[in-house]
Amino acid sequence: MKKRTITLIVNGETFELTVVPNELLLNVLRDRLHLTGTKYGCGVGECGSCTVLLNGKATLACMTLVVSVDGKEITTVEGLGRYDALHPLQQAFLDHSAVQCGFCTPGVLVTAKALLDENPHPSEEEIRQYLRGNLCRCTGYTSIVRAIEAVSKEAGF
Amino acid sequence: MSITIGKGIPKVDAQHKVRGDTIYADDYTVPGMLYGKVLRSRYPAARILALRTARAEHLEGVHAVITAKDIPHNELTARFGQSTSVGVQFEGIYRVMADQEVRYFGEPIALVAAETPELAEQACQMIEVEYQPLEGIFDPVRAMAPGVRQVAEKPQNIASHFKIRKGNVEEAFASADVVVEGAYQVPYQDHAYLEPESGVAWVDEDGTINIRVSSQVIEHFREVAEVLDLPHSRVRYLGTWIGGGFGGKEDITVESFLALLAWKTRRPVKLTYTRAESLLTHSKRHPFFMEYKTGAKKDGQIVAVQARLISDAGSYSALSPWVLLYATVNAAGPYHVDNVWVDSYAVMTNTPITSAFRGFGAPQVNFAYESQMDEISHRLGIDPLELRRRNFLRQGDSLDTGWVYDRPVAISEAAEVAWQALGPKPTSPNPQVAIGHGLGAGMCSYGRLTFLHDTSRSYIKLELDGSAIIRCGVPDLGGGQGHILCQIAAEELGLAIERIKLYITDSQLTPLAGTTTATRQLYMSGNATLKAARILRGRMLEKASGMLSVPVEDLEVQAGKVLSKSQPEKSVGLVPLVNRMSTEGEELFVESQFNAPFTSIPASEVIEGQIHPDYTFGAYAVEVEVNRETGALRVPRIVACFDVGKALNPVIVEGQIEGGGIQGFGYALTEDMKIEKGVIQTPSFAEYLIPTAVDVPDLETILLESGTGLGPYGAKGIGEPPMVSIAPALTNAIYDAVGVRVTSLPATPEKILMGMLAQEEGGG
Repeated sequence: MKKRTITLIVNGETFELTVVPNELLLNVLRDRLHLTGTKYGCGVGECGSCTVLLNGKATLACMTLVVSVDGKEITTVEGLGRYDALHPLQQAFLDHSAVQCGFCTPGVLVTAKALLDENPHPSEEEIRQYLRGNLCRCTGYTSIVRAIEAVSKEAGF
Repeated sequence: MSITIGKGIPKVDAQHKVRGDTIYADDYTVPGMLYGKVLRSRYPAARILALRTARAEHLEGVHAVITAKDIPHNELTARFGQSTSVGVQFEGIYRVMADQEVRYFGEPIALVAAETPELAEQACQMIEVEYQPLEGIFDPVRAMAPGVRQVAEKPQNIASHFKIRKGNVEEAFASADVVVEGAYQVPYQDHAYLEPESGVAWVDEDGTINIRVSSQVIEHFREVAEVLDLPHSRVRYLGTWIGGGFGGKEDITVESFLALLAWKTRRPVKLTYTRAESLLTHSKRHPFFMEYKTGAKKDGQIVAVQARLISDAGSYSALSPWVLLYATVNAAGPYHVDNVWVDSYAVMTNTPITSAFRGFGAPQVNFAYESQMDEISHRLGIDPLELRRRNFLRQGDSLDTGWVYDRPVAISEAAEVAWQALGPKPTSPNPQVAIGHGLGAGMCSYGRLTFLHDTSRSYIKLELDGSAIIRCGVPDLGGGQGHILCQIAAEELGLAIERIKLYITDSQLTPLAGTTTATRQLYMSGNATLKAARILRGRMLEKASGMLSVPVEDLEVQAGKVLSKSQPEKSVGLVPLVNRMSTEGEELFVESQFNAPFTSIPASEVIEGQIHPDYTFGAYAVEVEVNRETGALRVPRIVACFDVGKALNPVIVEGQIEGGGIQGFGYALTEDMKIEKGVIQTPSFAEYLIPTAVDVPDLETILLESGTGLGPYGAKGIGEPPMVSIAPALTNAIYDAVGVRVTSLPATPEKILMGMLAQEEGGG
């Protein structure tokens, strides 16, 4: 397969990569950029564990060919907060114990960020609808919804 | 005053999980790593006539192809952590790979290690397998009959058979005013953890095989060593933070494969299952076929329960005997019944392996006995809560094994609190929609079977700056199994939790703490850690007593210091205290072992006496809305109430109930694993539907704290119990709404609709 050089802006940093046309964004993030926070949960777009922001929109990295996002901005869970300062959603997930095994957490956090960027004060129903593509097997979603609600009620949102 | 106990302190592991920094099994790479792949059977029952691997072996980039003949010990007696034989009733075989015959669709036949995952896959496709299909045995009830083809090595397809013989059921049924009978069926359930099975293995310079793997049981290093015919000391498990387990990572998953491939190639090897591979081939919850008969007096007193339980034990018995035993002991539920007769059978079939899953046999029988209770309540016209209250187990009553339960039981209170919190039934604004309320109560053990003589060990070391290290071999599934040890140590030693380093699951460095299964870690490793912490605390108080000239009895530990209770101005900080201890040669570390109560192995298939250390009791009350035209169901409210003994961290405890409740919701309503002639037809999350955020309501949790548990500070276990009793609460609510008794799970709209149509035809 013919290789191509592309540019990705990941968590604010620019990367030039030579890729083959069938490489998936998920594998490039995990195997080449070592951003392993984005997870493989199903590989076919059914669980949401690989959700990243693509120019601000929640996108499934396992269903995205990396060549199709040439030049675009990607935010992964590692780019949500800074090392010395968590994103308010990350803090709320801690405070509300919305993290159990943590495997779905990166995808859920990224999806929640997309939601609050779009709609800073969603209703419980809107939160649940927005999260419908993110499976969680540990929490039953109650604590996740509460954590997102708490952030949406904070000043500045 | 409590420093950490009873507080909702964020989990130590959540700190790195929210950043995406946690290194799960598949996130780990080792230089020079190869990729493993498993070739699996395309038939549920077949003889392997020929297996040709030469083409695959010669493919460039392939480093190893392994089949059964290459494995030193391909077959072991399946163990359940016990160190002595507990009898043939409980035994089966663990077979690494199929040899001459396959027993289930997806059974491993060959392993490949190659430079890339794609090459490994390609090599698998180049292996030729010639099969001669055999008659598949798929129906466990039929498989019990004499003359049916034998699935496994046992002389018959019945792998295990247990009995309960309490009182005299015949006389009791004759004396009953009402007798209800019913047949119930519960399906497969997949754990559906978000993290597929995964691990990486490599061989050290001294010939030790290291396996970094997502496993609930690091003690499997022993079995893996036996497979390879190596000393136990030459296999080391490095457990990872686990991306969900629920019992599905209790049996060996990828570890034997990884060890074999790394040993043969002397290269690091990674193996991660695809989602479809995980859903198709890992163990499931046992389907049960149950016949129940319950007799009651007019006043509601239950006088007899008779049950026949048949579990589909799948193609390898795995933990089927144990699950069956749990179901048998739970068969009459949290009720005092003088006359109980149970016959239970685990039956082998050519179907997927069935083994451990949260609840471990308790949810199956719970669905049946709580459906029966609901029927009796309707037949006698006694309110469902009141009927149960008249029969709930109380201190001094006996369980179906005859064991007298001499601890306080808060089940009646739990059921009442949940039912009251649900409140009166609202009137439906829409005549098409019927509203129903349902109650489900249950019990679930915590701690392993007492005849398995369970132990756990934990180690604490104080550092000179007043920080500390805990080493404990506790696999953490996300339930706070590791974190809570930090809270216990912080409480006893006056430490700040962020100054404790938790080091878990290294089978050669962490004291072995046993499995993260059976709702046992808080109870076992919590107690081991508490014991270690109290010994260290004793040394601290002793030293402080000398330094402050205050008797030990007058001292207490507070955050960062030890002080006199009567003269609070007399105190010594943790740092000077630890330094003094160090200077004077005191040991700043303790390793402790906690032993659960020990009983003897059941002498026969009749199960009697104490089987578990203790039980957790709880109840669900739910509201459902059923569309009379379509059978569509909505669940606007779920209330859970459990006696957790003591909530050491209430937020974590609530999380266990919320998650377990919704997993039970899926079992009851949405998770419909279709299987045809031994082959799963739903190997994806688009077909096997676990609940999403829009399917479920906020789960309302109420905690009771009786302080009567056997865990630290009176805590009971809460990992598995919330999985029990939500399913019958939901089906009882459906009955309350539209009068349809769903007797097989999941309770799909189709079943509800068919039930309503049958009523109409019956003139109901």
